[in-house]
Amino acid sequence: MAAPAMKVADDRLATLPDPQGQGWLVDARRDALDRLRAVGLPGRRDEYWRYTDPRPFTAPEPRVDGRPDDDVDLDLGDAFLIEVGPHGIAWDTGAVPEGLEIDTLSRAGEIDIHWARDLYGTLEAAGSRPVSRPLGMLTTAAATDGVLLRAFGVVDRRVHVTYAPQADAVLHHVVRVEADAAVTIVETGNPGARHDTAWECDVADAGALHHVRIQGRTPGCHANTHVFARLGAGSILRSFTLSAGGDLTRNEATIDVTGDDASATIGGAAFGEGAFHHDDTVFVTHGALNGESRQVFKKVLRSGATGVFQGKILVKEGAQKTDGYQISQSLLLDDDAVFLAKPELEIYADDVACSHGSTTGAIDETALFYLRSRGVPHDQAVTLLVLSFLAEAVDEIEDEALRAAVTDLMAEWLRG
Amino acid sequence: MNALDTDIREGVDRDTVEAVKSLSGTYKHGWNTEIEMEYAPKGLSEDIVRLISAKNDEPEWMLEWRLDAYRRWTKLREPRWAMVQYPEIDFQDQYYYARPASMAEKPKSLDEVDPKLLETYKKLGIPLKEQAILAGVEAPEGADDRKVAVDAVFDSVSVGTTFQKELAKAGVIFCSISEAVREHPDLVRKYLGSVIPASDNYYATLNAAVFSDGSFVYVPKGVRCPMELSTYFRINAENTGQFERTLIIADEGSYVSYLEGCTAPQRDTAQLHAACVELVLMDDAEIKYSTVQNWYPGDEDGKGGIYNFVTKRADCRGKRSKVMWTQVETGSAVTWKYPSCILRGDDSQGEFYSIAIANNMQQADTGTKMVHLGKNTKSRIVSKGISAGRAQNTYRGLVSMHPKAKDSRNYTQCDSLLIGSACGAHTVPYIEVRNNSSRVEHEATTSKVDDDQLFYCRSRGMDEEEAVALVVNGFCKEVLQALPMEFAMEAQQLVAISLEGSVG
Repeated sequence: MAAPAMKVADDRLATLPDPQGQGWLVDARRDALDRLRAVGLPGRRDEYWRYTDPRPFTAPEPRVDGRPDDDVDLDLGDAFLIEVGPHGIAWDTGAVPEGLEIDTLSRAGEIDIHWARDLYGTLEAAGSRPVSRPLGMLTTAAATDGVLLRAFGVVDRRVHVTYAPQADAVLHHVVRVEADAAVTIVETGNPGARHDTAWECDVADAGALHHVRIQGRTPGCHANTHVFARLGAGSILRSFTLSAGGDLTRNEATIDVTGDDASATIGGAAFGEGAFHHDDTVFVTHGALNGESRQVFKKVLRSGATGVFQGKILVKEGAQKTDGYQISQSLLLDDDAVFLAKPELEIYADDVACSHGSTTGAIDETALFYLRSRGVPHDQAVTLLVLSFLAEAVDEIEDEALRAAVTDLMAEWLRG
Repeated sequence: MNALDTDIREGVDRDTVEAVKSLSGTYKHGWNTEIEMEYAPKGLSEDIVRLISAKNDEPEWMLEWRLDAYRRWTKLREPRWAMVQYPEIDFQDQYYYARPASMAEKPKSLDEVDPKLLETYKKLGIPLKEQAILAGVEAPEGADDRKVAVDAVFDSVSVGTTFQKELAKAGVIFCSISEAVREHPDLVRKYLGSVIPASDNYYATLNAAVFSDGSFVYVPKGVRCPMELSTYFRINAENTGQFERTLIIADEGSYVSYLEGCTAPQRDTAQLHAACVELVLMDDAEIKYSTVQNWYPGDEDGKGGIYNFVTKRADCRGKRSKVMWTQVETGSAVTWKYPSCILRGDDSQGEFYSIAIANNMQQADTGTKMVHLGKNTKSRIVSKGISAGRAQNTYRGLVSMHPKAKDSRNYTQCDSLLIGSACGAHTVPYIEVRNNSSRVEHEATTSKVDDDQLFYCRSRGMDEEEAVALVVNGFCKEVLQALPMEFAMEAQQLVAISLEGSVG
């Protein structure tokens, strides 16, 4: 049984450039490669790929041509810019905000004692239990580069990671937020027409990481992303993704709450039509006391578009007083749209409150009628209702100015 | 500090702890009937399939159907996706057919049935004589003529069916499936396997090959079945699997309410029970199917108990047909069961109400499938899972809206309650919506027994266990209310019994 899967992995890996770097990085890559070979790449019969065909991600060559041409016009104030492109990663070395250390994977591999050494591939490996994430392993094994960010204080400027797209990209970023430190990362655009991108995020005690990702609108893009996060005591993680295009997008988040009193929110707003297939797969593990997690996902789908939500809350034995919340909602604007969901709870502690809800349906006719009766033209009324529906997910962004900027962009895209 | 003291938690006095200890292992139906049995040889092979078929005097087509299923089964692999764990089953180390020796010659009437068998059912509160209502249930006012017809299945054979004549007057056929194969071959041949094909899944295929008995019901057009129908399954023989098959056909505009109960003796070795239930509903037909599943759950350490691997499915073929599954699952060491509704006819309705209680080392993976194919179809799922001891309880369900199922509606509510810190409660729903005129809503919660409610009950003088039982009964109310009266009483008591020993 394993042989064909292994062949797929080898074919895919054969198309990737040789891993760069030396020393610890090579060891970490070899380990990931061994793990990947042991499980193989996902296939259609894989339960975790029940609703999304993984083959565009596992095929040796991308099934999309060209490079995405994203225009994400997001007002981020004086954000600190990091540009990731085919020829490397660039930033203004003279203007790095206080409390922040920046490096690249390709360079760090040459340094024997590096803070990323104990992190690279470890959160990804931990996130592969109990459900293996072969495409995450692939990023550890074969990433051509990645941004390494370490926040050791409260970073007061937002960090803006943007991409100069390639045809086929594999990237692996690492973030370490030290105790009591805080940083906000805004990621815009797509690294490649096809890409497999992972973020490993380690948030130490009382640290805070805010992550906002705007995936571009370019059609014909196959995006597979991962967030692997570990949360220390009293720490905070907020991750939000806006998706408005691309043919195929799978955003996975694997969150491990290991410290007491930690809080995680994973949210997403997505809208698309036609070939748009959007998959949010989330796995939150609570292994400590008083943990809190929220998963808030909204999708608006039209003309053959498919939305997928697979969310899971796992509360380990002894993780008492956990508060886990999960909501997935979709608005189907016509009869060809499809929504598929598998919201799971797995709970081994008795003193917890966990809930999930999921709703699917058409636009509220009463609300539409009300707006029409006030003279709002039909299309505008629909846009308004869609916007208010999606806004509930955008509300999960805590940074007010950023929330407003994302809402404005979303409104502009919806009207356009 | 002695060992007992360490068990006492705040707010629980020593008497409660003692009471709990003395109550452990309170399975009421764990006794065994000493009776001479006739077995088929151990193991499973084509010969055994032929033997079972021969014992039931079956026609050739029935044997072929079984053999085909058997051959398919040998090529299938046991499903392992459910959240249950049990040692590998040795399918060759089981008896597939066991019948009381006295049943070798089919008794012509209930008077001729071995008194030991009648005694067995009497002890279970299911007397096999034609009486108004089940023992232990007081008739409410104005319900003097309430009757229940019973088909009693003992290991592999049906012992007897009551009220057959009275039912026949209304045109209703109610008999064992082995009798139906002989007496009503056209009906059986037309519908058997039409809802659950022989190749459906591993256990359904096994059942198709070796099913020995079960119940058959046909309610003709426009007939409202004059009484509740009931089947009572008893596994008595050791190392014997029970594979019953039930087929209910509700023709146009008919109505029937069917009750199913099951128990087994307390034994150290696990026993297999793999049943199939097929319901067929024509236009405007309605079936209410209620189960109180109380198979022996094994002891506190998980020794023994029944492995309950059951396939139940209703096919709402007709327009405006309606099916309602209600289940109270308190027994079995391992449960794997998903009573489903295929809502094929326009305006058809499916409902599923379930209480699944898992205590000690029990494992339950149960839920439903609502497949909406017809226009304007409606479904409702209310599932209450309760875990205690070291048990694992999983709700697994599917709601599927096909593109043609316009204007359909589903509402799902699944709540889990955890009693104690060593158990698990899991929810695995699948929601698939392929049109936009339908609405699907799903809600699930997991919580522990509410402290305020417990405190209130305790302050009124109830002991801890009584208080938990009351709160849990409240939690299950929506489901208990959906049960027919005969079962509602039993189920309420069962909810309390199953949780005995889970507090403290």
